[in-house]
Amino acid sequence: MTGFELIATHLPILTVVVPLIAGFLTPIVGWIDRRLPWYWVMLAMFVVLLIAGNNLVTVINSGTIQYKLGGWDPPFGIEYVIDLLNGFVCLIIAFIAFMVSIYSKESVKKEVPGKTTPFYSVFLLLITGLMGMTITGDIFNFYVFLEISSLTAYALIAMGDRGDGVVASFNYLIMGTVAASFILLGIGYLYAVTGTLNMADMQNLLPSIYQNKVVLAALAFFMVGFSIKVGLFPLHAWLPDAYTHAPSTASALIAGLMTKVGAYAMIRFMFGVFTPDFVITTTGMTNILAWAAALAIIVGSVLAIAQSDIKRMLAYSSISQIGYILLGVGLANMIGMEGGLLHVLNHALMKCALFLVAGAIFYKTGIRNLYQFKGLGKKMPVTTTVFMIAALSMIGVPGTVGFTSKWYLALGSVDAGQWIFVFVILLSSLLNIVYFWRVFDNIWFGHPHEIEHIKKDEAPLTMLAPMVILALLCVFFGLFAYYPVHYVIEPLSVELLKLGGMP
Amino acid sequence: MMVIEINSITPLLAVLVSMVASVMILAFGKYPNIREGWTFVAAFIKFGLVISMLPLILKGNVVTYTVVEMLPNLPIAFKVDAFGILFAITSSFLWIFVTSYSIGYMRSLKEHAQTRYFFCFAIALSSAVGIAFSANLVTLFLFYELLTISTYPLVAHIETPEAISSGRKYLTYLMIAGVSLLFSIVVVYHYTGTTEFSFAGIAGMETIPQTTLVILFITFMIGCAKAAFMPLHAWLPAAMIAPTPVSALLHAVAVVKAGVFTALRVILYVFGVDLMQGSGLWLYMAYFVSITIILASIYALMQDNLKKRLAYSTVSQLSYIVLGAVLITPHGLTGGMLHIPYHAFMKITLFMCAGALIVTAKKENISEMKGIARQMPITMIAFTVGALGMIGMPPVGGYVTKWFLLLGAAELHSMILIAVLLVSAILNAAYFFPVIYVAFFKKPDHELKYKEAPLTMLVPLVLTAIVSIVIGIWPDAPGMFLDIVEIAVANVTGGGI
Amino acid sequence: MSGILDIVYAEYNYWIYVTLMMIGFYAMIAKKNLIKKIIGANIFQTAIFLFYISLADVTKGTAPILVGGHGAEHAEHAADVIYTNPVPHCLILTAIVVAVSTTAVALALIIRIYNEYGSIEEDVILAARKELQPEFSEHARQRGVAEVSEQ
Repeated sequence: MTGFELIATHLPILTVVVPLIAGFLTPIVGWIDRRLPWYWVMLAMFVVLLIAGNNLVTVINSGTIQYKLGGWDPPFGIEYVIDLLNGFVCLIIAFIAFMVSIYSKESVKKEVPGKTTPFYSVFLLLITGLMGMTITGDIFNFYVFLEISSLTAYALIAMGDRGDGVVASFNYLIMGTVAASFILLGIGYLYAVTGTLNMADMQNLLPSIYQNKVVLAALAFFMVGFSIKVGLFPLHAWLPDAYTHAPSTASALIAGLMTKVGAYAMIRFMFGVFTPDFVITTTGMTNILAWAAALAIIVGSVLAIAQSDIKRMLAYSSISQIGYILLGVGLANMIGMEGGLLHVLNHALMKCALFLVAGAIFYKTGIRNLYQFKGLGKKMPVTTTVFMIAALSMIGVPGTVGFTSKWYLALGSVDAGQWIFVFVILLSSLLNIVYFWRVFDNIWFGHPHEIEHIKKDEAPLTMLAPMVILALLCVFFGLFAYYPVHYVIEPLSVELLKLGGMP
Repeated sequence: MMVIEINSITPLLAVLVSMVASVMILAFGKYPNIREGWTFVAAFIKFGLVISMLPLILKGNVVTYTVVEMLPNLPIAFKVDAFGILFAITSSFLWIFVTSYSIGYMRSLKEHAQTRYFFCFAIALSSAVGIAFSANLVTLFLFYELLTISTYPLVAHIETPEAISSGRKYLTYLMIAGVSLLFSIVVVYHYTGTTEFSFAGIAGMETIPQTTLVILFITFMIGCAKAAFMPLHAWLPAAMIAPTPVSALLHAVAVVKAGVFTALRVILYVFGVDLMQGSGLWLYMAYFVSITIILASIYALMQDNLKKRLAYSTVSQLSYIVLGAVLITPHGLTGGMLHIPYHAFMKITLFMCAGALIVTAKKENISEMKGIARQMPITMIAFTVGALGMIGMPPVGGYVTKWFLLLGAAELHSMILIAVLLVSAILNAAYFFPVIYVAFFKKPDHELKYKEAPLTMLVPLVLTAIVSIVIGIWPDAPGMFLDIVEIAVANVTGGGI
Repeated sequence: MSGILDIVYAEYNYWIYVTLMMIGFYAMIAKKNLIKKIIGANIFQTAIFLFYISLADVTKGTAPILVGGHGAEHAEHAADVIYTNPVPHCLILTAIVVAVSTTAVALALIIRIYNEYGSIEEDVILAARKELQPEFSEHARQRGVAEVSEQ
């Protein structure tokens, strides 16, 4: 009992420390036995999942957790803060990472032969980076974790397709460096005018100097930097290649998490460093963001239609889905915000499932061109069913998670009086139908007499289990969206938009 | 009239039965007899469950059940009222016949992918009953989309490029409809804070500004593209590429009926009688559907393909239903609502006859059917029964609904609408009598050696023909459709007839 | 004229960093040579470091090392000394580490790219990719369809 109590006070930081230490120990584990790293990663991710779950429950029950690193009082020391927002995002990260780690066994063995140990080591460090970005309350600490996650992502992507993967990774690196440098510059500006690095402290100090041009410049730098990180439309160039050519496991992880954490960071900086009235009314930043997001939604969907590589198609669809999240944030009203936040969860589930399916199909058949998918429905019934559920969810069929966020976003747009966004959302669901239905037609239809004798040949169980769980969750949270909305999203939106009244 | 709400899980079970059956169908895909056994069992159980609620409904009560609170203030819930059970009885009763007919049809033609076929069919039926029992727009939307998706593989069943492109057309129209419906639901929720149907229309609808209200009504009606209103009808003839039992499903059991059902739900239970009258929307809608009634009949005249002719006939007949609803008079409402089951029975008879001709004689065009009645007398007699019903000749059911519709139009002293109804009856005769004439009286070009279709197909089509006559002779028998409709009309008009 | 010059002179450190940053940014975007891109990235990052460092400077400040000694008897003496701000220095130490690791990763990637395509010029690589990997081109769709129809 005392052992647990000893740990209990340090649970917040453990979400970062566990994958960090596990990541550095992975080479040793792999040196003992080549097969062990998979179990090791799974164990680590499971522990992180439990901790993240526990953190969120604590936050829901008893409010924000503050953890002082090394016992230094904020704002002098680094402070880790877990509130509803990052508790929620942390849980998503931990869950998706756990699912992907289960899935990775066979896929990594096939796609990254001989490098499984380094792969897993980098995998864990990526989780460290993402967790750190999410959980930290210190703006410079955030930058460091941002770079950890970026560097590991470059490494993971470079392990993908020969040649293409490396080029994609390099392009990402250039763009990512620009983004990170902009963010670093923004941090410098804010530090110059406030003299603090603590987010909460900064939020208290900033309102008195909002007329200062430096603050405005900092906000602009942050927005551009994060826009690159999340792949918001005009700044998305790195994203399709990176998602397409990374190993399947890494694609699922990066597509499911990296952009979500980027979006989280955007939300955190807009509403947790600056104040809502500054970003909404004074600068109109949310309005700009909403329009950019609407553009991204349409352009992403249209470009997805033009793709024949399934992973590339999913990558473009990610660009449009990120638009959904940011549109919700940009609407800056209660319901829109709920939609955007809910979509962080929903998109993580759907997109991760879709990338896992693409990986499983590639694992079994070596095909990524969706025009060659004919007869797959017979060969891999479970995998393709998962694909169908997740894709219907992307389309926004009621009863799946896609519908709930679409509902909130549409309603939020109407509430904001922005009818054009309603049309954007509806048009994009039609476009989603177009590009996903090509895949459905190819999977389920096609030459019936030729596929009559196709044998059932499913992906291994370690791949199937996470996919099926994700698909079931897509439906579960579609029907029971009440729980996340009631316990997390609603209070969170109130808190972010400061609707509860400032203390 | 006091409406008592009875909480019961029966509606959910009625919806789920065929969902469960669909899983069993998949599981037993390798054993056709067991697979189709499940379909039959599910069909009977479903009908039993639906019928078991009828006595309560006839007493004027409603059965409610909340499945789950999907989002705050946005539950998935069922509410069985008279109008809902009318549609549910129609579709679940006809499912029994269509099942039997499908088995005969699919086996005779040795169709591929039969498991997928029966699977999708079961899901479609769940959706249809789900639509019938929905307590609010969101639940209705859920099943509406599910119906679209589950019928797509049925429409594109034969998987030729032509079938797939027809399927795409079907999907395009219905998905645009779905999006439009979603938009309308969002707007309704924005203004009223609820999506739950109510007998007098949703409270708060009258606060919507007039322009928005008109746009909302239009988007709602686009959303009901399943009802095949004239500019949005093109998917229905295209979908004729599907196997004939599927056409029967589309036309009689589920899809288009779901469309008009939704349209009526929206007109009567969302906008409400008062608002329709107050805003004058009913008149525009009445003229609008009148155009569809006439134009579709003229299109039907021009078709040589029997199934296509029937398809255009459906387009025209569906608008009768909506016309009845927008007349807003009790008689008009009765005629419109009553036309849902009546048209279903007659049209399914016609389609099953057309299918029987395809299976045994391999004939789809009317010009090729010379003298076919001598070889297939039972089929053609059943066809004649259906056709007479469509035209509105006693004793087949159709005249009852036309009578009510005419009464409704007469109550409004609208000569135009009366003229529309009469002209369309003449047009109906003009496109059905030639078929009968060709089949019975023309000499065949060469010796014909056809036999009647297999019993699994023949029995259902004879039975539906008999039902069509029975509902024409005794429309007011206790517990029959007229009773149910009267309660439904009393509900929405707030009093007795 | 002199007014503008005064402004430039008064804040010359910022002007230097902005100029450097733009040079680096230009190199990252416009140069076709991958190594030059990385050099550009380094200039960009270094410019930001300079900004931080110049930020920390306090006029007539001394290194942030306690003058005199610890303890209460030195307290009044300590208050007289002006120190430069040590925090940006610490931050930049961390940022330098990050920049170095980014450079290392980038160089490793460039070596892999060179081994694969035999060049570090961007346009050569692009041409090679199109040739090696038909999937990369937009003809993939037709190719996929053609393959199926051949079967």
